[in-house]
Amino acid sequence: MTIDVLDLASIPEEDEALRGPVRAFLQESVLSLPADRRARTWMGFDAGFSRALAERGWLGLTLPKEYGGAQLGPFARFVISEELLAAGAPVSAHWIADRQSGPLILKYGTEEQKHFYLPRISRAEAFFCIGMSEPSSGSDLASIRSRATRTANGWRLNGSKIWTTNAQHSHYMIALVRTSGEPQDRYKGLSQLIVDLSLPGVTVRPIEDMSGDAHFSEVFFDNVECPENALIGEEGNGWAQVNAELAFERSGPERLYSSMVLVESWLRHCRDSAANEGVRLETMGHIVSWLTVLRSLSLALTAKLARGESPAIEASLVKDLGTEIEQSIPRWIGDVLGAEPHLAASPELRRTVSYLEQLAPSFSLRGGTREIMRGIIARGLNLR
Amino acid sequence: MDMLTEALERMFSERATPAVIRGIEAGDDPAALWAEIASSGFLDILLPEDKGGAGVSLDDAFPSFMLAGQHALPLPFVQTVMAKGWLDALGHDAPEGPIAIAGPDTSRSEDGGLSVQNLAFGKAADWVLAGFGDLWVLLPSAAARIEGDEIRGSQTADLYWAAMPDNARIIDTPEAAVCSPAQLAAASLAPLLAGAARQALDMTLAHVAERQQFGRAIAQFQAVQSLISVMAERVWAMRMAARLALHAPDAMPSPRLAAIGKTRCSEAAPTVADGAHALHGAIGITEEYDLQLYTRRLREWRRAGGTEAWWARQLGREVIQSSEGTALDFILASTK
Repeated sequence: MTIDVLDLASIPEEDEALRGPVRAFLQESVLSLPADRRARTWMGFDAGFSRALAERGWLGLTLPKEYGGAQLGPFARFVISEELLAAGAPVSAHWIADRQSGPLILKYGTEEQKHFYLPRISRAEAFFCIGMSEPSSGSDLASIRSRATRTANGWRLNGSKIWTTNAQHSHYMIALVRTSGEPQDRYKGLSQLIVDLSLPGVTVRPIEDMSGDAHFSEVFFDNVECPENALIGEEGNGWAQVNAELAFERSGPERLYSSMVLVESWLRHCRDSAANEGVRLETMGHIVSWLTVLRSLSLALTAKLARGESPAIEASLVKDLGTEIEQSIPRWIGDVLGAEPHLAASPELRRTVSYLEQLAPSFSLRGGTREIMRGIIARGLNLR
Repeated sequence: MDMLTEALERMFSERATPAVIRGIEAGDDPAALWAEIASSGFLDILLPEDKGGAGVSLDDAFPSFMLAGQHALPLPFVQTVMAKGWLDALGHDAPEGPIAIAGPDTSRSEDGGLSVQNLAFGKAADWVLAGFGDLWVLLPSAAARIEGDEIRGSQTADLYWAAMPDNARIIDTPEAAVCSPAQLAAASLAPLLAGAARQALDMTLAHVAERQQFGRAIAQFQAVQSLISVMAERVWAMRMAARLALHAPDAMPSPRLAAIGKTRCSEAAPTVADGAHALHGAIGITEEYDLQLYTRRLREWRRAGGTEAWWARQLGREVIQSSEGTALDFILASTK
C-alpha cells in the first residue's frame, strides 16, 4: 500500500449534473424539517421518502437498466449521496440496499435472484438489512454461530443476529451464517443467505438507543425454512463476499457527513450573530478544511470503485479518519457555543448538538470498529 | 514516477545527502548545492516554453515538490520555483538566486522599516517575496539585517530592512483575486510538510519492523499498530491536503486551497513527528540518527508561513462572512 494511490479524482460532468435536480427536490421535501430530526441522516426512516426518490429514478443508482436500475456509475451515487446526507434526508429505508445489498446481488446473484430483487430495490419495495454481528460475535465476525443446514428443499436457519440496523423495517436480511464446519474453523464454511424476514420462525426485537430512537434490532431465527435460492453467491465464500461488500460500506460519503446537518445549522447561527472572531472562525476553518480533504480522499476511493477495484485497506484508512472528524464536530461546535455564553443559541441548534453527541459514538462502531480498522491498516502497511 | 520526479529524486539522493544537509545546517555555504539545482533547469519548469521553461502546471509539479520535503532539502527550491511561476503569471521576470516567500508574519513601521519574521529558508535566500497589506514586493536579502531564529540547524530567520531598498521590486497588485505572497508561502510549505511527514512515517515503519523487544518485532504489538495507523491516516490526509494546495492548471495556486492545504498539513505535523519519536525510542532523538532532520522541519514548517490557527481563521471568516451558500457549497466550490 503506497501513499500515492489515492489521487485527486473529479466527478464527470454528467454525474455532477444530477446535483441540481436532487437539491431542488430536497429543498421542497426535507429542508423544512427541524435540524435535530434531519441530523439522523442515514438513521432516519421514511419509506414514503424512499419511494419518492425511486419515482424520480434516484434509487438502484448503480444497477443496470435491465434490472430496473439507473445504470449510473459510483460518481453519480456519490453526488446524490452527499446531497442527501448534507440535507439530512431520511434515507435509511433504502440506504443499505442501494449502497451494498444491490451491488452484492448484482455481483454474486443468479439471474433469477437479480431479476427478483434488483427491480424491487430500485422501486423502494424491498428494504434490506445486513446480518453480521451476533451476541457473542462483534468485531470477531468470523466466530459467528448462526447456522444454516441443508434440507430437502433448501436451508434451515437457527441462531440470532444483533445490532442489525433497520431489521424491524426491512423485508430481507443478507445474513452471514455458518453452513459447514465449526466456529473454530473461522473464515471457512461461512455463506451469505438472503433471509425473507416475513418467514415463520423469524422474530425481530427493536432495541432502543440512548437517544430514544430504535434504529437497530435483535433478530432471532428459530428453525426458519429458507428456500434453496436463499443462498447468494457461493457456498463457503461468505467471508470473501462480506469483505468485498464492506469496501462499499466503508468508502462512501456517509463516513464524513454524519454531522453535516449540525455544521450547516451552526453556520446559519454564526451568520445571524455578529461575533465572528477567534475560536469561532478557527473551528469553522478546521471543519471545512477537514471535510474538503476527506471528501477528496473519499472521491479517490470512488474512482477506484469505478475502475472495478476493491480498495479495502484504503477504505479502512479513510473511514477511521472520517469518523474521527464526524465525531469531533459536535464536540468542537459545543465548545464554541460554550465559549460564547452571552450569545443565545436556538433550542433547535442545542438539540442538534445534543443528539449528535449521543449518536456520535456509533459513527466509529458501525461498519467495523476503530480498532478493527487500525488492524486492517496495520496489515496493509505490512506490520502484521 | 514521471521523468521529472525521477531525475529530481536522483539528484536529491546523490547531492542532498544527510551529511550535506547537516553541513549546511552547521553553516557550510549552500552555493554548490544550489548551483547544481539551478543548472538542472528545474527552477524554471513552471515558466512557458518561450521563456525557457517547461510549461509545467502546479498539478504536474506536485510530486517533485513533495520530494523536496522527503529529502529535507535545506534550500528554498519549491519556493523559488513557485515564486518564478507566480511572478511570470503577473507579468514580472524573476531575479537570479534563491527566493524565500514570507507568510503572514510581516509588518511595516511608520518610518518605512520593513520586517519579515519567521521566514522559512530566510538564511539561504537572496530574495524575499513578501506582502505588506496591499504592497507586494521582492526584497533583496543583501540589504537586510538577518537574525537567525537561534534554533540549532534551523534555516528560518527574521529579516529587517530600515527602508525600502533601491533595488526592491514592487509587484503591482492586480485587480483580479490572485494568490497573495502569504498564500503562496502557505501553498509552498504544504508539500514540504507532507513530504517530511511521509519520510518520518517510512522511517518509523522500517524501525518497528526491525526493532525487537520481548522476543518479537515491536510492529507486532497492537499499541504500536494503533499509533502507526493514526500517523498513516495523518500522512495520507497531508498528502491529499498538499495535493489540493497545488491543484491548479497553471502556476497560480487557488488562495482557498492554499489555506486548506496549510491548515491540514500544519495541524497534522506534530502528531506525525511525536508518533515517530515515540516509536523510535531514544535513538530517534539523537543527532546522528536522521529522523531529527525531518521532525525538526515538520515543527519549523508548521509555524512558518502561518500556523493552522491562522489559516483556519482565514477560512472560517470566508465561510461565514464572504460567502452565502451552505458549507457544502463552499467545499464544492473550493475543489471545482
